[in-house]
Amino acid sequence: MNNSRRSFDVLVVGAGPAGIAAACCAAQAGVRVGIVDNNARPGGQIWRGETQDSNVADAADWLRKLASSRAEILAPMEVFAQPEAGRLTATSSDGVCELGYKKLILCTGARERFLPFPGWTLPNVMGAGGLQAVVKSGMDIAGKKVILAGSGPLLLAVGAHLRAHGADVRTIAEQAPWSRLIRFGMALASRGRKISQALQLKKRLSRIAFRAGCWVVAAEGDGKVESVTLRTVHKTWREPCDYLACGFHLVPNTELASLLGCELRGGFVRTDEFQQSSVSGIYCAGEPTGIGGLELSIAEGQIAGFAAAGQRERAQEYFGEQKSQRRFSMALERAFMLRDELRPLASAETIVCRCEDVKFGRLREQSSWRAAKLQTRCGMGPCQGRICGPAVEFLFGWKAESARPPIFPVAVESLAATACAE
Amino acid sequence: MRAGAYDVVIVGAGIVGAACAWACASEGLRVAVIEADIIGGGATGAGMGHLVVMDDSKAQFALTRYSRSLWQQLVTELPGDVEYESCGTIWVAADQEEMEAVRQKKEFYETRGVPAEMLDAKALRMAEPNLREGLAGGLRVPGDAVIYAPCAARFFIERAQSRGAELYLPRVVTGITAEGVRLNDGTVIAAHRVVNAAGTWSPMLTPGIEVKKRKGHLVITERYAGFVKHQLVELGYLKSAHSMTTESVAFNVQPRRTGQMLIGSSRQFDMEGKGVDANILRRMLGRAAEFLPGVNRLSAIRSWTGFRAATPDKLPLIGPWPGHENLFLATGHEGLGITTSLGTAKLLVDQLLRRTSEIPIAPYLPSRVPESVHA
Repeated sequence: MNNSRRSFDVLVVGAGPAGIAAACCAAQAGVRVGIVDNNARPGGQIWRGETQDSNVADAADWLRKLASSRAEILAPMEVFAQPEAGRLTATSSDGVCELGYKKLILCTGARERFLPFPGWTLPNVMGAGGLQAVVKSGMDIAGKKVILAGSGPLLLAVGAHLRAHGADVRTIAEQAPWSRLIRFGMALASRGRKISQALQLKKRLSRIAFRAGCWVVAAEGDGKVESVTLRTVHKTWREPCDYLACGFHLVPNTELASLLGCELRGGFVRTDEFQQSSVSGIYCAGEPTGIGGLELSIAEGQIAGFAAAGQRERAQEYFGEQKSQRRFSMALERAFMLRDELRPLASAETIVCRCEDVKFGRLREQSSWRAAKLQTRCGMGPCQGRICGPAVEFLFGWKAESARPPIFPVAVESLAATACAE
Repeated sequence: MRAGAYDVVIVGAGIVGAACAWACASEGLRVAVIEADIIGGGATGAGMGHLVVMDDSKAQFALTRYSRSLWQQLVTELPGDVEYESCGTIWVAADQEEMEAVRQKKEFYETRGVPAEMLDAKALRMAEPNLREGLAGGLRVPGDAVIYAPCAARFFIERAQSRGAELYLPRVVTGITAEGVRLNDGTVIAAHRVVNAAGTWSPMLTPGIEVKKRKGHLVITERYAGFVKHQLVELGYLKSAHSMTTESVAFNVQPRRTGQMLIGSSRQFDMEGKGVDANILRRMLGRAAEFLPGVNRLSAIRSWTGFRAATPDKLPLIGPWPGHENLFLATGHEGLGITTSLGTAKLLVDQLLRRTSEIPIAPYLPSRVPESVHA
């Protein structure tokens, strides 16, 4: 196995919008910049598959900026440990790569939250973002009956995307009630750009039944999902489908931040206005600091990039945007808060931890996340609780513990290669 | 709080405290168990769960053999989540010098009624095809087993509760007094006897007992059923476990019922932090790969650390603590607490009830004068 070593003044982890913005700004400041991502091409989840010629204007702009910057793109590469301060280890196609840094910017994005309900482990029940990703990579969805259920703006974006690929999107079930969505809409109305995005989306979604205050209670089927039971406060009914795509808003990817000792607050990485975390020299931008969407991610990325490169004045130019987008972020959080009716969906027999096949009934008997892990091995499988952790936190209020290396599974020899420099 | 209600208060619901609670409750004693965190949250949850007869000293051998026989009697009662697997241990000998030690070990075991089987190089390869070529052989001890210890501790607590024991959790004991124990909220739980079974925390409650933290690292893999079939331990393990040097690693791999493998082991004194030490990890995994080259390509999902409660002479402290009429100890089990929990519980109850034990108690009494410790 090859081991290589690289060193950077500023190292960015994650090449979604926040990471790209951070890398571009830091490179503009003239320091040596590297940007790591586990996908072969930059863009993150939201700009997956976009190129410099994309008709998504932001994506094309930023991908062009990154390509013409002096930032070095290190991909596909995945950071899994920090053997000592200032040095990360990552897996790449040809072995373990050691990445030295003076300043680090974590832009590790977010993932969907899944909640357990009877039938959620049936084949063809997928994450909303997951279904979008497989369609982007070529799966034929044309003519398939799709139901989207969960919460958050992502459902609409995915619905529009699937529809554009010929899917028969039957229903989008948004658990948040209309009252909250209307308030959120009014908050949007104060921002021209967001409202025009929303209107565009609405056009693409015309004739799809969008139901607010509606949630999935079960998926049924023999060998794969065939129907979904939906509920509102007034009624419960069943709808046939070929695919059920779920996503209950987003949860931040904070495992690396946590491994590096960055303080979390309310599940998010706490930063100062320059995006610096509680660990000096480690910055964080984008969703891990609070789910706020594209514009906030880019603003935070720019601030972090300039600040990490020592140009605090230039970073300050984005404080206004950061502040205004954070208000949007808070409105988003209020609007898509999960309703209590989602807690009792799972039955005793519903699997919560898919890695270790742990059922809801066994978890209910435990007193804490640690007790649950120790007694049932919930969250102890290959995903290390990335999927069941946020569900368990919502269901029982148990907070995940600090991360341990490796933050995702790696070959034993890679883990062994994480020794301190001689 | 029912003051004066208890015959025995046990501090700590690790596997040792849990086994003691069950044993005491089975004798009709009124028992309370007080646990600061969760059942099995210390060394019990951090370690491997190897039920093993070990021969670092005659006393260690006597206690591990006795305890293993108690586990064997219990097998049919253990719930499924304890995952008892009678996989046996193979002590792996790298060269002819170690084969000579294997011969001596076999004789020592067999003359004391513990079946053990010599494996030559070929037999070793047959038994464990993933071990590297060129190893000299090994000693198979078929009666050894592995379990998932946190669930065993919970099972012992449940058994104790079914016989009337009460569990206080999470409640923190801040002091042991002549009346019983005092909790951090000022409550006093009165008891005639107190058993300090708090493992690495025991010296905080009973100053003067010689228990030190000895840090260990472990790594767990994804599922590779059948990659190893026995618990595999290098013969040099005893040297690592016995040595009092600050740092050592040894090849020690355990198959889990899930098909996962635990890869150990390391020992470090004078380490307080729980952090994973990258250098220890490298040495420990490197050592594993020297014996099991294929392990390098397997996927590791997690590493973690834990602390063993170590005594200078490698033997636990079981029995009355001199100078304190009501205080008994059941601590200092280092890396063998899972195995020796059941034997410890029997010896402790015998001490509480002033009975003669099935094995000589003297080597484990806290009042013993330890033999000089070899380096």
